[in-house]
Amino acid sequence: METKKSLFSRLPVVSQLKKSMGLQRGMLIAGIVMTAAFLLTAALAPLISPYGATQRFNETQAPPSSVHIWGTTAGGYDVFARTIWGTQTAVLVIVVAVALSIFIGVILGLLSGYIGGWLDRILVVVADAIYAFPTLLLAMVMSIAISQGRSNMWSGIFSAAISITVVFIPQYFRVIRAETIRLKAEPFVESAIVVGASSVRIMARHIYKNATRTLPLIFTLNASEAILTLAGLGFLGFGIEPSSAAEWGYDLNHAQTDAASGIWWTGVFPGAAIVLTVLGLTLLGESMNDLNDPRLRGRKRVGKKKNGPTKDEELVDA
Amino acid sequence: MTAMIDLPQAEPAAQAPERKSKAGGSLGKYLLVRFFLIFPTILILVTMVFFLMRVTGDPITAALGGRLAPDQLAQRIHEAGYDRPIFIQYFEYLGQIATGNFGRTISDNLAISDMLATYGTATLELAINSLIVALAIGIPFGMLAAYKRDKYQDAILRVLAISFYATPVFFAGLLLKLVFSIWLGWFPVSGRAGTSTEIAMASLAAPTGIYWLDALRSGNMNAFWDIAQHSVLPAVALGLLTAGIFLRLVRTNVIGTLSKDYVEAGRSRGVSEYRLLTKHAYKPALIPIITVMGLQIALLLGGAVLTETTFEWKGLGFQLAHYLTARDFVAVQGIVALLAVIVAITNFIVDVVAALIDPRVRY
Repeated sequence: METKKSLFSRLPVVSQLKKSMGLQRGMLIAGIVMTAAFLLTAALAPLISPYGATQRFNETQAPPSSVHIWGTTAGGYDVFARTIWGTQTAVLVIVVAVALSIFIGVILGLLSGYIGGWLDRILVVVADAIYAFPTLLLAMVMSIAISQGRSNMWSGIFSAAISITVVFIPQYFRVIRAETIRLKAEPFVESAIVVGASSVRIMARHIYKNATRTLPLIFTLNASEAILTLAGLGFLGFGIEPSSAAEWGYDLNHAQTDAASGIWWTGVFPGAAIVLTVLGLTLLGESMNDLNDPRLRGRKRVGKKKNGPTKDEELVDA
Repeated sequence: MTAMIDLPQAEPAAQAPERKSKAGGSLGKYLLVRFFLIFPTILILVTMVFFLMRVTGDPITAALGGRLAPDQLAQRIHEAGYDRPIFIQYFEYLGQIATGNFGRTISDNLAISDMLATYGTATLELAINSLIVALAIGIPFGMLAAYKRDKYQDAILRVLAISFYATPVFFAGLLLKLVFSIWLGWFPVSGRAGTSTEIAMASLAAPTGIYWLDALRSGNMNAFWDIAQHSVLPAVALGLLTAGIFLRLVRTNVIGTLSKDYVEAGRSRGVSEYRLLTKHAYKPALIPIITVMGLQIALLLGGAVLTETTFEWKGLGFQLAHYLTARDFVAVQGIVALLAVIVAITNFIVDVVAALIDPRVRY
């Protein structure tokens, strides 16, 4: 049991791939492949894309041809180039947003769960209020406050990422807090208190490591939500300016009027990029989640491996 | 997405041991605590939005800046009282909302309550339509997926459900528009109704604001047909998003119920799988869905903003984006306050229903 846990924490995807079978393995592999393709495209965007993200051409709304394989937009951008470069924007926003929200959420969750008292109560009420409110609406208000709604590439990425962060913090906060409360009663924490370890040390050394085991799962699930929120912000015009970076949501906004006159190529490609990316990340996160839950894992395996203490189920659910 | 669905369910379980010791656990006490939690929720959201919006300056400069000379602008700001310390303004604003006075929008000088009533009903109509679509797709297909667990039908349905979730509403809307409006010509591209219907609806006495209901009440079948045609694509675009979630939820719950002891007992007595599904497992599996349905209100409202913008459906979400762009802070605060109230009350109702159904929740 102990060795299995440490292997899992080191190589989450690999260990789950071994556990999986049949349909679940197919979904997991599809998720891995799509996510890898997304990351590779982002890394190799300069090599794949024939043009820059913000390069403009004289042909506007030109249908797909050999020069512009996916056509051009009303603004004279090359659709292929913008779709490819869009992966880079998406990766940057995900990394910044999720890293920030994990960082803040974990710290607040540890403090709230460990210290308890009035701090805990206030933080829980605030987190619940934010959690209950529609993500996108709050992100819209945040982005207006941060950047007045329009911005260049880096400040746009940061303002989008921070807007998303604010709405994600409660999710990490709740998971970590619940875990911290559970771990606080464990013998190893009590013995650390008896030995005389300081609160900071107990939180940082003993609880932190144990409470953050499920984070890779939430990370993958949140990454897909971050992409959807970013695209939603861009679509509503609160995202990144088109002249500073390629962003799928913004391009889809302009594609709506194109669609009304039958121009399909400006919207279909960036939209498909969003769907494939989110699909890949969700398949990856979902399969890992299911494989960790003995109730949902492929049925033939359940008899063989009995490692389903209820604590683990609770963890995965949270 | 799983995190979104599972968190609310997991939370009482996670907190239960901690609170059980403190609160005795009577239903009345629990509901009272939950009821009073409505107010901090609303207060926190209203406060957040108030300060976030004021970070960028006062509403008048934001809305009219550039169109007025600096001294005129300063005069207007002074008259409106926006040059006073922000905390005084904040408490004044709180006092106003407490008495139900939300003020008037800056950009088009509408009373906030009228604005909310006009656009809120449009959003309500969209939400109802899309909920019908979501339930009509989610429940039967979720049961099918559970019944055919691990077979190819299950695989297809699960991948479809994830794809529905992965497709942003505005992209689904774009594809629906391309196929059904442009290429097939079955449905209009955008709007809530045709121009003549809009006029007919506006001239009705004592309208509910929900168009198809008004059309039915006034017996205007042409208008009803027109409204129905306009409703289909937005409802499907938004409905598919939630349908994917319902499908997965129904599937997981039905699978869970199908492995319960009493279902096993039925199975061992030779009750057919189909009958087990439709008679034994169906109802208990739907109970958690009622609560999760309430929790989906946040997703639905977020999705409504995008759907309304995609289809130019003039509801709260469409107006929120418009007022945010116009920096009409009074209007934005009013909309957020209303949404906060809706979300808080829905969560309260969900808690009540959950507590009535499952005694373990009352901790």
